[in-house]
Amino acid sequence: MSGLRITQGTFSFLPELTDGEITAQVQYGIDQGWAVSIEYTDDPHPRNVYWDMWGMPMFDISDPAAAIYEVKRCREAFPNRYIRLNLYNPKLTKMTTAAQFFVQRPSHEPGFRLERQEVQDRVIRYTLHPYATQHPSGERYAPDDGARD
Amino acid sequence: MREPAPEVRPAMMTKGKGWSGREGPPEPPNMGPGPREDHSERFGHGQVGEPFADVEDPLNDIPDDAEVDPTVILGDAKVEGVLADLDRELVALQAVKSRIGEIASLLVIDRLRRAIGLEADPPTLHMCFTGNPGTGKTTVAKKMGQILFRLGYVRKGHLVSVGRDDLVGQYVGHTAPKTREVIKRAMGGVLFIDEAYHIYRLDNERDYGQETVEILLEVMENQRADLVVIMAGYKEQMNRFFSEVPGISSRIAHHIDFPDYDSDELMGITDLMLADQRYRFTEDARAAFEEYLQVRMAQPRFANGRSVRNALDRVRMRQAIRLYEAAREGQPLTKGDLVTLAADDIRRSRVFEGGAYDGLDAAPGTEQ
Repeated sequence: MSGLRITQGTFSFLPELTDGEITAQVQYGIDQGWAVSIEYTDDPHPRNVYWDMWGMPMFDISDPAAAIYEVKRCREAFPNRYIRLNLYNPKLTKMTTAAQFFVQRPSHEPGFRLERQEVQDRVIRYTLHPYATQHPSGERYAPDDGARD
Repeated sequence: MREPAPEVRPAMMTKGKGWSGREGPPEPPNMGPGPREDHSERFGHGQVGEPFADVEDPLNDIPDDAEVDPTVILGDAKVEGVLADLDRELVALQAVKSRIGEIASLLVIDRLRRAIGLEADPPTLHMCFTGNPGTGKTTVAKKMGQILFRLGYVRKGHLVSVGRDDLVGQYVGHTAPKTREVIKRAMGGVLFIDEAYHIYRLDNERDYGQETVEILLEVMENQRADLVVIMAGYKEQMNRFFSEVPGISSRIAHHIDFPDYDSDELMGITDLMLADQRYRFTEDARAAFEEYLQVRMAQPRFANGRSVRNALDRVRMRQAIRLYEAAREGQPLTKGDLVTLAADDIRRSRVFEGGAYDGLDAAPGTEQ
């Protein structure tokens, strides 16, 4: 069964980061004074900006181990969802996400269906429909290794 | 909050290998075992902060006569400097110093072993300090973060000092996040829990302290490399706490008892405090203060170093009054006057009048 590896965020062009690499990135963020937060979702649509927060953003940690600790707890709780880590720059003139990357993805990603809508004058509108969202939230990615078609 | 624009790419562009924009067409999308397996292995299985994790079964691969050069690491670890600083900054407390010496040697040998590829778990460094009031438990704990940092055991070396209020919540569901918050703040350094026995109240089974203890136990076991937990408190209460919470005592590798100081050691502490605050005794004052300590030690509620500090504070106040009145009478003051504590400043303490001790230690400055 084929799939589609979704990419988004800062290191979308790289293979998955190892925990060691995540640690190094978080360390860089902490050195810059950025806050770390973790989010998860099972709606893979690229325009889904409303991910669920895993706990509070961590503004006052001084070591990346704290972030990895939360990442691991989140992975344990949601072994088959997308989890991403945000580095937020709270500086007055910035106040925006500085970096954001995946730290987990489901073991099987079914991909997207392209939908065409014919409107006036033979104009075609295209949209993407994630196969995963055919199921209700929480049942989209099977806990075992991609057993669902 | 605006996010970086997410993007979806066809599978073939995410392949990485074999994609060479100009020289030819990209590989056709390979749907077989490809990066996906690779990723699932990489996610969640990497080692954190263990630079030698890739060494395989080194005990067999490394010859027994492989040589290591200890001078490099010994020089680098600054063990001597750390121990010398301890000796200078702490009076007596031989048990503490020798234990830190042991830990320092272990950490150095650990690094030597790792230099030739012998991997071992980082040693457990959770500690428990017990002793009477004013014996220096908190002072040592505060230094411990820096010591362990200089020895290379903790990565940041900051100290997060907490009490029950910082750990235990007030309603259901409040405690666990609160405790985790504190633990995360302490990672890379030292978590110091003063009077740890207050966390857990056996007489109230609905108390949320139990939850805190459980999280602490889990973290002390699983995050040993990330933080060092130091608990401190009075001996009897600590022992009762350990007997009520079975798992916790065995997770603490170092139980260190802080004995009471004798009068010589207290004078040593006095000298350190005076030097710290840029004061000095006259010869007479020194004798008077020794006498003061003898009398005060025999009285109830004597709290070792803390009593010395309080006594010095009151001596400073008496000196201040003396100088203030002298200045009002028009006498010129010199730097010598400002830094010198005279015998009379000490002799005017109520301790010498017998019976009444010098104010309550809990409330310095109550005495006139």
